[in-house]
Amino acid sequence: MKTIKEIAEIIGGKVLCCHEKSDRHIEHAFASDLMSDVLTVEMDNLLLITGLANLQAIRTAEMSDISFIIFARNKKINSDIIALAEETGIMLIESPFSVFRISGELYKAGVKPVY
Amino acid sequence: MQFKYKIAGGDFTNAGNASSAVKKILKQLNVDHVISKHIVVALYEAEVNIVAHAYSGVIEVNIDENQIHIILDDKGPGIADIDQAMEEGYSTASPQVREMGFGAGMGLANMKRNADKMLISSEPGKGTKVELIHYLKPDAG
Repeated sequence: MKTIKEIAEIIGGKVLCCHEKSDRHIEHAFASDLMSDVLTVEMDNLLLITGLANLQAIRTAEMSDISFIIFARNKKINSDIIALAEETGIMLIESPFSVFRISGELYKAGVKPVY
Repeated sequence: MQFKYKIAGGDFTNAGNASSAVKKILKQLNVDHVISKHIVVALYEAEVNIVAHAYSGVIEVNIDENQIHIILDDKGPGIADIDQAMEEGYSTASPQVREMGFGAGMGLANMKRNADKMLISSEPGKGTKVELIHYLKPDAG
């Protein structure tokens, strides 16, 4: 099982907040830009891969007990988003790769899908 | 105990603040983690619906030892055909709502799936009232 720090390296990612979670292990990931879809996932401690860079992505993660978000394709992550992630303890990583490539690389590295 | 939150239609910056506050309360009350997740997911979808569709709304949260009863009362366009609105995939959401990651016609179905009981009543042109009931003990209901 990969740590989130190793995952960040695989996807050329930069950690934006909550470095203290860097050693946590990730078993499952889910990719979606549709937050209602994310809210249907029952599993906790997921990694969310999304292109949706707004406050609702953080709120959705909070309600779903998701502790890690990767934002694809260098989306602009503003300070309000980072502040809310810090407040709710959600680690944010930005990556230059697309959702497709991030998903492919992580699948190859052994991260499992939910469905 | 009772808590009330005022919701402003169109205020996407603050959408989810009430649900977040309720999540913290449930944690303090040591509500079972799975039950708490079902409550806040249903509530969050309902809160986003008020922001997305109504002009204003009030969320009233009543908690006793057996259940949490949430009433979401909004002033807004209302729902003309509730059965149609309940169908997965049916949506009247604006492009702005879709940009926020919602508006796929999944909200009401998500709420129903997560709540132990859900009631909706609406008066077109006036508003919509949604009640969500969750039992706080895993074996109740």
